[in-house]
Amino acid sequence: MRRHGFVAGFLLLPVALYLVFVISPYAQAFQIALTDWRGVSAGLNYVGLDNFRRLFGNDAFWQAIRNHAVLLVALPLATIALALAFAYLLNAQGGVKGSGFYRVVFFLPQVLAVAVVGVLFKAVYRPDSSGVLNGALMKVGLEPAGWLTDQRLALWSIIAVMVWQAVGFYVVLFSAGMAAIPKDVFEAAALDGAGRLTLFFRITLPLIWDTVQVGWIYLGIAAFDAFALVNVLSIEQGGPDGATTVLATEIYKNAFGYSRFGYASAMGVALFFLTLTFAAVTMRVTRRERIVY
Amino acid sequence: MRRRLFGGLSQAVLAVWALLIIGPLIWTLLASFKSNSEIFGDALQLPGELRWDNWLRAWEKANVGTYLLNTVVVVFFGVLGTMLLSSMAAYVLARYRFPGNRAIYFLFVSGMAFPVFLALVPLFFVVDGLGLLNSHVGLVLVYIAYSLPFTVFFLTSFFRGLPDAVAEAAMMDGASHTRTFFQIMLPMAKPGLVSLTIFNVLGQWNQYLLPLVLLPGDKNKWVITQGIADISTIAGYEADWPALFAALSMTVLPVVVAYIVFQRHIQSGLTSGAVK
Repeated sequence: MRRHGFVAGFLLLPVALYLVFVISPYAQAFQIALTDWRGVSAGLNYVGLDNFRRLFGNDAFWQAIRNHAVLLVALPLATIALALAFAYLLNAQGGVKGSGFYRVVFFLPQVLAVAVVGVLFKAVYRPDSSGVLNGALMKVGLEPAGWLTDQRLALWSIIAVMVWQAVGFYVVLFSAGMAAIPKDVFEAAALDGAGRLTLFFRITLPLIWDTVQVGWIYLGIAAFDAFALVNVLSIEQGGPDGATTVLATEIYKNAFGYSRFGYASAMGVALFFLTLTFAAVTMRVTRRERIVY
Repeated sequence: MRRRLFGGLSQAVLAVWALLIIGPLIWTLLASFKSNSEIFGDALQLPGELRWDNWLRAWEKANVGTYLLNTVVVVFFGVLGTMLLSSMAAYVLARYRFPGNRAIYFLFVSGMAFPVFLALVPLFFVVDGLGLLNSHVGLVLVYIAYSLPFTVFFLTSFFRGLPDAVAEAAMMDGASHTRTFFQIMLPMAKPGLVSLTIFNVLGQWNQYLLPLVLLPGDKNKWVITQGIADISTIAGYEADWPALFAALSMTVLPVVVAYIVFQRHIQSGLTSGAVK
């Protein structure tokens, strides 16, 4: 009997807190998505799938989806490629000189707040010679670029910051995987005359494939967020002219800017199903035979 | 020969990336000592003198002192609550059999599958309905609630891996369940607790969305991420860019120092989640 009291006592507070602040909002979101609620009326007025119909006819929504598609491909690809290369260089032949230092430096952006990083890069990207990038460009006689104001550049400038911040995490992750591969596997292959590239693609990569897959999912989920960076870094929160907008930004704007709570919730539901689909598809596509060593 | 070439080339590649990381940070630090005209002049120039008054203005006029203090308070109680409640729940879920155990475990774990943006609108009204909008208590409770899924998931597997014999021996000696937990099992789980504490401190320290939504009014209650984003907008109007860079430096510097001191723990703490 005392045992049951103990179990219940230990679970009461965490479960209660979790139900109130996490589960109930998630459940309500699906409900509010079916209403035209604007936050003032006491009752909910159900409008069926109206919000979703409006959503699918809305340009801003599709612009955000297009941006997510770009993010979803570019962010993992660039981050994983760089991280794999750096991790390989750091681990080759028992590690290059100063590998400890590089590991510390590369990981550093990971501990900085995204919002703070956004403000920092806003200064780096400034359009005239007072921005680091354009200052350097003009020094060598090139035209300054509108990193955040040019429609074609803005999203890429933001992706670059995301990659800048993320790479170090995956270097550490992949390094751990690479360090776990027994040395004699490499020695045997090298004796057979395999070059460095062959070693990388035929041995290292297949053996840490599981970790790469985990990294891909993490970065994919990050590609569905991007809120803090877009909100702080881009001009007009998602601009110029929607060029950098993401679903999270649209949800925030519609809810807390225009009080369109029903519509914003519908967008949240769409985001949820997109994330879920991504996770399911990735798991299926990247599943491979696990190599035991 | 080829080996030397490869070594040199990899050094060059790694050094370039290191420079790309450190460069913007050093530049921010230098800019915090510049005057307004120096900031809008050549970006690659050093400051003429060390203008500490920029830092003073950032600390007092731009409220960075208040923002940092608020963040420390919120994160302290947020992480303390997260670790206490998560380890209690995880311990019971990992080591006691009772009806509903699996269901509660999956309830917690499923929280990891939902994007927080889905909950945003109702969460705002739940917090508002409890009268906790614009309060640190509200923010702390929400931080705890949203840190539970991952922390419980991780700690449950950790507690499952601990040996049974010690706990059984303590119970034989007449220790209560509660005492066994706090005096025997919690100390044994220390490595896991350390990793997750670091993970949660960083996550909550860097949180931007939740304070933005839940502390919209009173500026004196804001946390640092909100404050910095706001200062960057104000700097545009009032043209006090040196204070913005000083504020940025003040925010980044303690984090960098803490990171350098604890980097081993931090790296393993953050990546352990991915490996599991």
